[in-house]
Amino acid sequence: MPELTLIAQNALPQGVVTTLAGTRIEVLPMRRLTALMPGPDAGPLAEALMAQHGLGLPAPGAVEHAEQAECLWFGMGQYLLVGPAPAPGLAEAATLTDQSDAWATVLLEGPAARDVLARLCPLDLRARAFAPGATARTELAHMAASVTRTGPDGFRVMVFRSMAETLLHELRAALEAVAARGMV
Amino acid sequence: MRLTCPLCGERDLREFTYRGAALARPEGEAWGDDWHDYIHLRDNPAGESREYWAHSTGCAAVLLVTRDTRTHEVLGSALAKGGGA
Amino acid sequence: MRLSTGGQIDRSRPLDFRFDGVAYSGYHGDTLASALMANGLKVVGRSFKYHRPRGIFSAGSEEPNALVILGAGARAEPNVRATMQELFAGLEARSQNRWPSLDWDVMEVNDLVADFLGAGFYYKTFMWPKAFWEKLYEPVIRRAAGLGALSGQADPDANEKAFAHCDLLVIGAGPAGLMAALQAGEAGVDVILCDEDRTPGGSLLSSTEDVDGMAAPDWAAEAVARLEAMPNVRIMTRTTVTGVYDGGTYGALERVGRHLQHRPGPLPVDCFWRIVAKRAVLAAGALERPVAFQDNDRPGVMLSSALRAYVNRYAVAPGSSVTVFGNNDDAHRTARDLLAAGVHVAGLIDARHEATTDLDLPFYPGAVVSRVTGRMGLETVSLRTHKGEVKLQSDCLAVSGGWNPSLHLTCHLNGRPVWDEGIASFLPAPEGMPGLIPAGGAAGHFPTWEALESGRAAAARALEEMGHAVPHQKVPEAEGAPYSVKALWHVPGKGRAWLDLANDVTVKDVRTAASENFRSVEHMKRYTTQGMAPDQGKTSNLSAMAVLGDATGRDVAQTGITTYRPPYVPVPIAAMGAGGKGRGFAPERLTTSHGRSLAMNAPMIEAGLWYRPSYFPRAGEKTWRQSCDREVSMVRQSVGIADVSTLGKIDIQGRDAGAFLDFVYANTFSTLKEGRVRYGLMLREDGHVMDDGTTARLGPQHYLMTTTTAAAGEVMGHLEFAAQVLRPDWDVRLISVTEQWAQFAVAGPQSRALLEEVLGRDLGSDVLPFMGWMPVTIGDVGGRLFRISFSGELAYELALPARYGESLFTQLVKRAEARGGGAYGMEALNVLRIEKGLLTHAELHGRTTAFDLGLDRMMSRKKAFIGQAGASRPGLLAEDRERLVGLRPVGAVQMIPAGAFLFNEGDEAVRESAQGYVTSTAFSPTLGHTVALGFLKSGPDRIGERIRMVDHLRGVVTLCEVCEPCFLDPEGERPRA
Repeated sequence: MPELTLIAQNALPQGVVTTLAGTRIEVLPMRRLTALMPGPDAGPLAEALMAQHGLGLPAPGAVEHAEQAECLWFGMGQYLLVGPAPAPGLAEAATLTDQSDAWATVLLEGPAARDVLARLCPLDLRARAFAPGATARTELAHMAASVTRTGPDGFRVMVFRSMAETLLHELRAALEAVAARGMV
Repeated sequence: MRLTCPLCGERDLREFTYRGAALARPEGEAWGDDWHDYIHLRDNPAGESREYWAHSTGCAAVLLVTRDTRTHEVLGSALAKGGGA
Repeated sequence: MRLSTGGQIDRSRPLDFRFDGVAYSGYHGDTLASALMANGLKVVGRSFKYHRPRGIFSAGSEEPNALVILGAGARAEPNVRATMQELFAGLEARSQNRWPSLDWDVMEVNDLVADFLGAGFYYKTFMWPKAFWEKLYEPVIRRAAGLGALSGQADPDANEKAFAHCDLLVIGAGPAGLMAALQAGEAGVDVILCDEDRTPGGSLLSSTEDVDGMAAPDWAAEAVARLEAMPNVRIMTRTTVTGVYDGGTYGALERVGRHLQHRPGPLPVDCFWRIVAKRAVLAAGALERPVAFQDNDRPGVMLSSALRAYVNRYAVAPGSSVTVFGNNDDAHRTARDLLAAGVHVAGLIDARHEATTDLDLPFYPGAVVSRVTGRMGLETVSLRTHKGEVKLQSDCLAVSGGWNPSLHLTCHLNGRPVWDEGIASFLPAPEGMPGLIPAGGAAGHFPTWEALESGRAAAARALEEMGHAVPHQKVPEAEGAPYSVKALWHVPGKGRAWLDLANDVTVKDVRTAASENFRSVEHMKRYTTQGMAPDQGKTSNLSAMAVLGDATGRDVAQTGITTYRPPYVPVPIAAMGAGGKGRGFAPERLTTSHGRSLAMNAPMIEAGLWYRPSYFPRAGEKTWRQSCDREVSMVRQSVGIADVSTLGKIDIQGRDAGAFLDFVYANTFSTLKEGRVRYGLMLREDGHVMDDGTTARLGPQHYLMTTTTAAAGEVMGHLEFAAQVLRPDWDVRLISVTEQWAQFAVAGPQSRALLEEVLGRDLGSDVLPFMGWMPVTIGDVGGRLFRISFSGELAYELALPARYGESLFTQLVKRAEARGGGAYGMEALNVLRIEKGLLTHAELHGRTTAFDLGLDRMMSRKKAFIGQAGASRPGLLAEDRERLVGLRPVGAVQMIPAGAFLFNEGDEAVRESAQGYVTSTAFSPTLGHTVALGFLKSGPDRIGERIRMVDHLRGVVTLCEVCEPCFLDPEGERPRA
């Protein structure tokens, strides 16, 4: 037998899936995702994140940005480092769990994006309640999801890898229905 | 129904899972009336009721929710982990 | 017939449509009702019980009569209110509840025997013999009585659900609603304004009054234009708010595609909205009520305000000679508008003696209508005046018995309406409706100016409550004459006087109910079915309560009113369940090997939300059993590969991780050495088993727990609860890593050789012993190798990051096949574990204890754990409990179906003598006979006994031998090899 060679695969083929009503559904490439759990005292993690990655520790519902890196508040006592491999110093301030393969990430962007998401998710998506840069753990079409507003018309949606196809199906169906309203 | 998660803000009921009446666990290793109460007996108050709700598809926090069973008014919610303070 | 001028219809856009197969024409802007009226149709339906000819009664969603079937085939929609259905080109509608035709309906015979069909008739008549009810009476009655029927075919239309959020929800866009929206909109808060009509404006659209010096509809249009220019205001037309729920959540039905001739495929017919609002203004207006008199259900009798709507808004006259009857000023308004439109008015009758008019028409103050005639269309109207009987020739009668505030939504959270003598109707409760502020007609403010002002004031109050400044908002000038009414519910007389047109309930029915002591409104309602039709008695409830009060010697206030519950208008189930059809029913969880398994023709089986392969058929295999047997033999003899990624994997870290595991598991984990794996049993607090699985110690404060596929979510929730609520001071950090890892079982005597080849290293027991784990790498990819077995064979589970799952699975299977093995599915996995007596949720079904499972020794006495006290109850440790055993058939090949019951030989096979039951069963290709697991009273003490298994459902009886719950390698030598 030849040597075993491993081929990496995204949960979904990367790229634009659909564009309707100027709004596109796009599967984003996999990025390094590391769950950071600091335990009872988050202070050392805040310091380490800033020192090692130039990132602040995000408040609940917020995202912190740095060049090539961001950090999402990801639930109670949990943060998600997106982009770089965690710097060695982080491990002393928090437990680190690789989650790069656990999530599928889809971008929904365009003038209909908010209306599409409002078909699937009970979150208050008004700009004053969920501004660009906000992030939420929520429910989307019966799935536990992470929704981050990337801009006035842009949302990044993450669900567990196994449900990636369901996410695409739901987003596509909702976009088609919303777009159809514009045709009558 | 909507519940306010101290971390996430006001959210739709479908993000939460009911986790029962907020009772103190007896902790003793031997079976007794205290355990019987804890596991089997529930008050059915007409008025304020204290219960646990998990923000299960949200931030995973367990909340201590105070609710009026007559009006369904949510009187308060706090992180259970902080002792519900 | 259509008036030559006026109305808000677009005469340049004629629309052709068909009703009962006949072609007609209407205009854009018509409803089906106004178009039918314009074409001179009087009878549009047959009544529910007596099959009496019925005409259009209202101009809104309260319509009790004009219900039609819209469309044909699978798209046929019954009980569509013609008064709400917008006309479109090509619309096809049919009348319902008639056979063979609207003009000649054989069931009209019901009307002739009506004396026998009154309230309680069914309860009294069809009592005996009992067996006849279901088979004979009910089907016959159902065919005779009823409304439209569903097509019986699958719904081909798309439906949608959606969520919306705002600060202020304004329910209804009449004068009060528009003013409320303007007030709040200009304050800058987020406003949603819903109205069930296609055009906002409410009563203003049918009004000939002036508002702010312009025609009322023009003022409405201008107000809408102002609102549309505000980015913080969202106007939702064709949207009825149907219910109020806790926490400021409102249900609303938006009719998205029902007014269109051609719908793009994905366009939903309806969208059901959940609107969350901090405050809401209920500006739903008011509903006019009729007066009951003899034969008041004849086609041509309609609500006074509806007639105004048809004349003013749709430019249709429902008759050539109209009589107007009322007990309040609304009747005068109608008469005035009719005259202005050039329609002949045969007479204006006002029940109030003191009433006056300056209109040039025959006027009858202090008179009442006592009866009308005209079976297929009104012919005469009889009056009772102080001078005696007067008979008018008339083909239409407008009736106004006064106005009832549309307070339905205020009752949804238990607000109890209060009687108001001034308007002779109920007003919304002053409190008990969190966040919902009634305004306009819904609050009893009927004159236009009052409605405008109260809408403004309601929004101002909402703004103040929300902490916003209230900008000045001018209330336009409008008609402000006060409303005056003299209660009149029913004109006494002979014959039948209708209260509930939709359900054919008469004054006599209500009196019958009262005389039989159904005095409570709720009892009367259920006995007579008043208010239980699709219209929910919108135009009849109050009158029925008044008649009941009269019959029981109480006034209306004492009699009370039935409780209004959601939905305010009928909501199709398809809309409420939108998104739940087909793939939308539940998320599909797919493993990384899913595509590869499908390519291998594996049929999928659902395990929770997961899809897992049942078996992998090979050429020549005709049944699942052949494939399953082969796969079992593969694992027993060479090597098999199975995707086990669906098992829950929970990463547990923190200073107190070990103590935490000791607490949540019955057995001990703090003593587990790094590099080792241990089987764990998790109990519920009541001492019963919740789940089982293996947990590996990855580091000093680092464990990896495995749960069953079925209980992964439940266990995670349980652990979070234990960590946050029961042990809040411990440092425990939990995270699910189920989706991070693709994990494959490599099982069978050749598994070690296969993995040594893949990993390029020795895996002898000295390197990796049974119940051990080690980190491994393939290329530069790091993974974990666990030596655990769910088959009883030498076996491993190899975990790699999920992105490599498909690639790894494909190559493992290929290598296994080269060794005479291959992939195995759920069926084989199940057989393998039953042969070994390993447990799944068939055995851990929530009513079994560690003791029942023979695992009581796992319950540590050295530490406290969840379920410890509960499990120590004597009743859960009784020797004669149903306890786990193995079962094998005695004699020739026989079936042992799961779910069958066990009985002692000689005992009758009835519940009382049951000794236990079968939980898992499989044909063992290894042993050549069926093997089963089950629970038997005092089971472990009865090894070797014979027991009779009876499957009542399948009619199978098998004699079994009780044996140890392990059929293969009882010493466990194989996995330790």
